[in-house]
Amino acid sequence: MVALRDIIITGLLLGGIFALVSVGLSLQYGVARVLNVAHGEFIMVGAFVTFWLAGSGLNPMLTLVVTAPMMFVIGWVLHVGLFRRMMHQAPSLDIFEGTSMLATFGLLYVVQNLARIIWGSQTYQIVFLNRTVTSAQIPLNRLVGLGVVIVVGVGFYLFLSRTRMGKAIRASSQDPTTAGLMGVNINSVLALCFGLGLAMAGIAGTLISTLYPIQTSMGLQYTVIAIIVVVLGGLGSITGAMVGGVILGIVSQLVTYFYPTLTFIAYYAIFIVLLLARPKGIMGK
Amino acid sequence: MNTTTFSKTRIVSLAVLAVIFVVLAILPVITQGYTITLVTDILRYAILAVAWVLFSGPTGYMSLATAAFYGLGFYIAAIANGPLPFALAIIVAGIAAFVVALLIGGLTLRLKGVYFTIFTFAVVLLINNVVLEIERVVTSTRGRFVETETTQAAYWAMFLVAVLTIVVCVLIRRSRYGLALQSIGEYEEAARHSGINVVRTKVLIFAIGSVFMGMAGAIIATRRTYIDPGIAFNLNTSFLPVLMALFGGVSNLVGPVIGAAVFTYLADFLLSTFPDLFMLIFGVVLILAIVFMPNGIIGLAQQVWQKIRGGRRAPA
Amino acid sequence: MHLLEGEGVSRNFGGLAAVADVDFYVDEGEILGLIGPNGAGKTTLFNLISAALKPTRGTVTYEGKEITKLPPHKICRLGIARTFQTVKIFPHLPVVRNVMVGSLFGTGKHMSEAEASRKAEEALDFVSLTSLKNVPAGDLTLANQKRLEVARALATEPRLLMLDELMAGLTHTEIDEAMGDIAQIRSSGITVIMIEHVMHAIMNICDRIIVLDHGRKIADGTPAEIAVNQDVIECYLGQDADSDEDLDDDSDFGDEDHAES
Repeated sequence: MVALRDIIITGLLLGGIFALVSVGLSLQYGVARVLNVAHGEFIMVGAFVTFWLAGSGLNPMLTLVVTAPMMFVIGWVLHVGLFRRMMHQAPSLDIFEGTSMLATFGLLYVVQNLARIIWGSQTYQIVFLNRTVTSAQIPLNRLVGLGVVIVVGVGFYLFLSRTRMGKAIRASSQDPTTAGLMGVNINSVLALCFGLGLAMAGIAGTLISTLYPIQTSMGLQYTVIAIIVVVLGGLGSITGAMVGGVILGIVSQLVTYFYPTLTFIAYYAIFIVLLLARPKGIMGK
Repeated sequence: MNTTTFSKTRIVSLAVLAVIFVVLAILPVITQGYTITLVTDILRYAILAVAWVLFSGPTGYMSLATAAFYGLGFYIAAIANGPLPFALAIIVAGIAAFVVALLIGGLTLRLKGVYFTIFTFAVVLLINNVVLEIERVVTSTRGRFVETETTQAAYWAMFLVAVLTIVVCVLIRRSRYGLALQSIGEYEEAARHSGINVVRTKVLIFAIGSVFMGMAGAIIATRRTYIDPGIAFNLNTSFLPVLMALFGGVSNLVGPVIGAAVFTYLADFLLSTFPDLFMLIFGVVLILAIVFMPNGIIGLAQQVWQKIRGGRRAPA
Repeated sequence: MHLLEGEGVSRNFGGLAAVADVDFYVDEGEILGLIGPNGAGKTTLFNLISAALKPTRGTVTYEGKEITKLPPHKICRLGIARTFQTVKIFPHLPVVRNVMVGSLFGTGKHMSEAEASRKAEEALDFVSLTSLKNVPAGDLTLANQKRLEVARALATEPRLLMLDELMAGLTHTEIDEAMGDIAQIRSSGITVIMIEHVMHAIMNICDRIIVLDHGRKIADGTPAEIAVNQDVIECYLGQDADSDEDLDDDSDFGDEDHAES
């Protein structure tokens, strides 16, 4: 019984993190049309920045104030400096999706290796709130992490559904041309979404660093998970990414409990089966 | 078109090709050691890049499965070389890659472009993990030892496979299948309605390309004493040929060869001079190449040539 | 036996019936017109015949055999060729290679490259594009691109040719030329179905006309019969019965007649 409850809570937490990561990727692909294969690397950067700041004594959760805006700015600059130019160059949207994805492969190498040069290849671990809440025997850091994920998730959902900018984002993801004609400043929205996407990666990175060991090569696995979730939930659907992330998190915890080394294979197998059976995903367009 | 200049250019290019061919054929006789290894490497990437362009060039479906077929060849050589003669091991690797490619292609070439690319990317990771798991469970090992071949043997094998690759790919490109593939790339629905069995054509050509990738992998495997899934199924092997092809130009088969030669040489230089920064520089170069040279070097050269010649010229 | 026959052909998209329970036939040697307001389901019907789409219900039979479940390339090889509303040529290939795609792959029999090349040149000659044969197809004018599409379709040696709004965007002179071409195609033994909005063309060259509205067939008859058919007049012009002469109007762009749809 304890095991089941543990699986569910960790599953929800992991699911929340996956959802966060995937919503970030979904914003980048669904709206800005950039399939950011380097997404995971920015998660890694968030994790390491947190680690670095925490080393100076700062409470890891407080580093969110640094990592989130920092990632947002990096994302914005990347979009304006790189992807906007590529968008204007490309003769069609399909070609842009292809070339921008390739460019993010380049980013992957750049970011990962910069990090490796700075921090090396070893594994690090932040010790944070490792003690358990006595009656429930759940590590406190997981509860805190779950709390952050819920707050960010709800906050983002409200942003999307209630604010003007949120509406602009949703409109742009469905039909950028018409949105532009309706007065939405498309260029800003695209850059904003890309920045938001990276910010979410940064937040996820901070959270992950409080829970698990980190190394500079950790990015790729999260990118793969994000891609799986985004396809699972439907390419371009942000709510789909949220739902898909939670589902995958719980599934992965279950698999890990019974057969740990099979976890990654399970991810890919699910992914491949999904791609073939229903490429549109649960809520795809 | 001025016929005299046309045949003059033809003769000159054929002569140049003949010289290159002869030099390459006798290379191990006239030099040794480091140069041979470098040229083997260049040939390897030339094979991968050309085989990649065969399918992905005209259709625009970017395959990232190169590492999967290459790695498969790697492992087949590890298992088969020794029990089987070298040449046979290479052929078996090619056949295995073909079969697997038929399977993968058959499953995924019905998917839209970006899904196909993601899928091929996932396949490489999947195969990597599956082989790791198989090794852990079945043989309780990680990686295998390989029966190696000499530098010269590997070189000549690579040279032969390279010639084979280029000849076959050029023939296909000039044949009706090449036309079919081009029309699929230009407008798939119209191609379908003109009588082309689109899925079968895509799968077949995709699989033919994979044969050469598998063979290249098999040859390189015999240059190491030990391999493991991480080495065999490395994503770099999927990206590098794409980068080389983009750099050299994907609209014909010369581009990828040039791209492979330039990049392998550069990479080798960088690797020895700045071992730590190598991957970083690679990433930067990739980004720059994509942004500033979407048509690759050949495209760039064509633009320059057109400006020199003046006026528009219809490409044939 | 009808050359092409459809029974109860229907196609739904979600809740919307784009084509609903349409029965039709074409006999060999006919020129059949297919008309109707925008969104009536005409191109969808073509798509159902050429297998670009699968019908939700119904069957399509060609030369007595059912073709409903066949893929597009097989249907082409059997002898049904089509053009598209938005011209779908291969822009970077030279004109003659565009047509060769048709002659190499679409005839249903094995063609050597030499034969295919010859067939392609014949087709180009028929549509008067021979002088442009090495030009990249994307560089052609719209009218010539349409001719190219027809040449490619003809190169597949069809028994039945389906033309989708061939005359849209053409000038008066070009329309007259196209009408001449269609008549010539029929005399060479090919049956034609044409979707058109250019009314005077339809009225003058078609032997029979089928009218679709909101996915349903509302009329089927000779041009004379259709011109006075009340249902047809109403569907084109709303409830306004005063403007029934407009059906014979000499307008280039039929859309002007039915702005409501």
